[in-house]
Amino acid sequence: MLLKLTGGRIFDPAHDLNDVVRDIYIRDGRIVEKPADGRIDEEIDVRGKVIMAGAIDMHTHIGGGKVNIARTMLPEDHAQAVYERTELLRSGTGHAAPSTLTTGYRYAEMGYTAGFEPAVLPINARQAHMEMHDTPIIDKGGYVMLGSDDFLLRMMAANSDQEAINNYVAWTINHAQAVGLKVVNPGGISAFKFNQRKLDLDEKNEFYGVTPRDILHRLSRAVQEIGVPHPLHVHGCNLGVPGNMQTTLDTIQGAEGIPMHLTHIQFHSYGTEGDFKFSSGAAEIAEAINKHKNITVDVGQILFGQTVTASGDNMRQFAGAPHAHPNKWVCMDIECEAGCGVVPFKYKDQSYVNALQWMIGLETFLMVDDPWRIFLTTDHPNGAPFTSYPHLIKLLMDKSFRNDMLSTLHPEAQKATHLASLDREYSLYEIAIMTRAGAAKLVGLADRGHLGIGAAADITVYTDNSDREKMFEKPDYVFKDGQMVVRNGQVIKITWGTTHVVKPEYDVSIEKPLQQYFDKFHTLKMSNFKISNDEIIDDGRGSLTIQPLHKGGRL
Amino acid sequence: MTENSTATVWHEVASPFCGIASDDLTIEVNGNNVKVLENGDAVTRPGFETPISDTQPRINGKEVTLEQAVSHIAELLINSKQPLIAGLGTDLNGARAAMALADKTGATIDSYYSPAAFRNILVLQDTGYMTTTLTEVRNRVDVLLVVGTDIESTFPRFFERMVWNKESMFGQEIESREVIYLGKKPSGDASTSPNGKKAQVIACDNADLPEVVSVLRSLLKGKTIQAETVGGVAVSELNTLAEKLKAAKYSVVTWSAGQLDFDHAEATIQNVCEMIKEINATTRSNGLPLGGKEGDTTVNAVASWQSGYPMRTTFNRRFPDYDPFLNDGRRILADGESDVVIWVSSFNTSVTPPESAATTIVLGRSGMQFKTEPEVYIPVGVPGIDHEGRTFRTDSVVSVPLRKLRDSGLPSVFEVLSAVEQAL
Repeated sequence: MLLKLTGGRIFDPAHDLNDVVRDIYIRDGRIVEKPADGRIDEEIDVRGKVIMAGAIDMHTHIGGGKVNIARTMLPEDHAQAVYERTELLRSGTGHAAPSTLTTGYRYAEMGYTAGFEPAVLPINARQAHMEMHDTPIIDKGGYVMLGSDDFLLRMMAANSDQEAINNYVAWTINHAQAVGLKVVNPGGISAFKFNQRKLDLDEKNEFYGVTPRDILHRLSRAVQEIGVPHPLHVHGCNLGVPGNMQTTLDTIQGAEGIPMHLTHIQFHSYGTEGDFKFSSGAAEIAEAINKHKNITVDVGQILFGQTVTASGDNMRQFAGAPHAHPNKWVCMDIECEAGCGVVPFKYKDQSYVNALQWMIGLETFLMVDDPWRIFLTTDHPNGAPFTSYPHLIKLLMDKSFRNDMLSTLHPEAQKATHLASLDREYSLYEIAIMTRAGAAKLVGLADRGHLGIGAAADITVYTDNSDREKMFEKPDYVFKDGQMVVRNGQVIKITWGTTHVVKPEYDVSIEKPLQQYFDKFHTLKMSNFKISNDEIIDDGRGSLTIQPLHKGGRL
Repeated sequence: MTENSTATVWHEVASPFCGIASDDLTIEVNGNNVKVLENGDAVTRPGFETPISDTQPRINGKEVTLEQAVSHIAELLINSKQPLIAGLGTDLNGARAAMALADKTGATIDSYYSPAAFRNILVLQDTGYMTTTLTEVRNRVDVLLVVGTDIESTFPRFFERMVWNKESMFGQEIESREVIYLGKKPSGDASTSPNGKKAQVIACDNADLPEVVSVLRSLLKGKTIQAETVGGVAVSELNTLAEKLKAAKYSVVTWSAGQLDFDHAEATIQNVCEMIKEINATTRSNGLPLGGKEGDTTVNAVASWQSGYPMRTTFNRRFPDYDPFLNDGRRILADGESDVVIWVSSFNTSVTPPESAATTIVLGRSGMQFKTEPEVYIPVGVPGIDHEGRTFRTDSVVSVPLRKLRDSGLPSVFEVLSAVEQAL
């Protein structure tokens, strides 16, 4: 079966194709050369249409314990967004924390073909994979979380050498079936268990005497040295604290050139100026990002309305709990490994702080020069549900729309921003970088996010429309691995995406201390902690795709 | 016996029969006979060792093939005005299949363990909570407050594994740990320390717990209590307890909702949970709800991620529709609101369907006895004995892999319900 998409306008930044008219040929789920004999089985006329690879959400909370707590805790939020069963689709619910089936359908309908869960606790990875397994159409994967786990902190307190830590990181990535490594409030989740209420970059965990800076250094080196393509994914210290921009600047400086991805940077870009003692640090942060080429960021844009914040950072979530809306929340300490906090939240456009958060996110988007190093996220659902992406794209691409929105917000907040004077409008090509080529490169997906020969045929076809929100919320066609799954913004076929993983090598000698640790202190055996490949394949509709390591990866 | 030569010994086996899901069991399998060799207890031994008796499906008591039973179930569902899928003692994939079938047939779902589980779920949905997990307890607890629960009667190994373990990661002297019962007294000595220190007991009746807990919370908030006793407990004793909780570095307050069997126990659990949040203003304290055996936690988790709601959800309007009172399976059957019930109980032969006017289909563990023979009975395999599976622990965080220990040929709930869905 050979399918030809004829005459589309190609936006494929991985191959420097910016609005170039070209045909695409698809066979067996892959993009192929024009057949020598010219034979095609089916042709779709896409002349004048905008063609991009399927979009990739490199940071979205779609699976695992805290997301499921959010679901269970918010029946009133679901009741406002129910989805009927159809001949083809399962029923579902949810606006802020949608059910897994609904999540897959909505992503596909917006032209997304992959989403990555950024906070997979090793001990909860099995559940994260179960939920992602029940998320249709899109590909998935997870960044496994270390940094407040007692095994690492014990190693660091004992001054273990870097090679041992590399071994442990590689072992964890393998057995949690992850594609990257995440750290959340480095050491802070552990510190909270010892009743510390804050932990700055150079503050010591009182039991271990280890600082967040040490942890970032050890883990970022480990990721680099074992050859995992995705740089250490960092949710830094002091999330949401006014004045945390200095911590963020110090974190960037402290990376010492080692690749590091700073996630939801908006929540980490706050100053303390002005009458409200809360101001934008976006300009300084953007300047630092522009200068330090080893740094990538995603924004974590907030948008107004009801959502729920779900995070591994129970120290900061506990501090934020008094702002819960509606007034209910969960915090957990988890298995000498991590924690979580789930706090529903409503962002209000007439709140000074929320309005400024909105502005800080957009300022960051507009002031970071290189679209290959900044990514479009709302930290779903923490800043807003992922379904608001088309709206966010319009804010980035349409200055007059942006400024119209701005003029309705809290008046004092408007005075505190230069946003209105920022003229930049993102181009379609830059959107394609941020949401496709750049995201695939960042996550380390060799065969996704581009339209070259041999790539997976994950393709989205849009009708160009000057109203970018309308354009991006309803593609004409979405192809997943060569199969048409969406037509006119409606799911027409159900497929089950693959799970992307990396398999860095490790020395099995690491299992000796791990075995002892599990036997002595844990309530689970090491053998039962490990997630087998068969568990990912499960009932047969799951699959594993092992992505290549960086050259030079070593132990 | 010659069979000895074919016996297989399995190590590090996880138990789905108890919510703490101990995974250090050693089990010997000889043909279809299963024996717990090491680390068994009063709950896990019968769980693993209950023998297989019947293996053949029945329709109205007459043996049929699995295919015949499946197509009969499909026919019953096609003609049903309002099916109910209940019991739901099953594993991950059984729960997935039940959800898919409920969605397709407009059924209502509920679990046998919901009356207990909802005492906690209602708190989550109203105010939330701060909780911890078993490994944290094992390494950090300094004061364990047990509310209205005799732990060892339903979680025999809790103290051995989580409280009186040999060593804490943080250098805590294990013997210094303090166990305090509020409400029920312990039925045995599991809570006694290795050196013989008995747990402190502040006894009161279940009926008095709401009041006693309210007073404890008030004292922790610094309120003055005029009364000298509450529910037969001296307020001064509660005051001492409040001081201990304030002074503790990592107290854990635990309860088993199944044992808090009184009207609106959720309000008392909520009081406990709000109290824990308040203690955290100055020190650390966490709740530890105990429950979750035989797939209880698992089915609520799967229902939540697939539909947004836990148990007690109906699909009769073609979308998930949640109501923790209207969709109570027992109430539905008692009030005659369902005409066909599929009762799933793959772990426990004693969890049988309630008597009702509904046509009853049972997917049950082999050996199940009925007062009234159901219309359809299919003996199914036990997850973790007859087929692989996964189940969640009480803390809703950790899930354990369940292994296939023998080749009994019994079908899984997943296989049967998926076949029914296909046959519709």
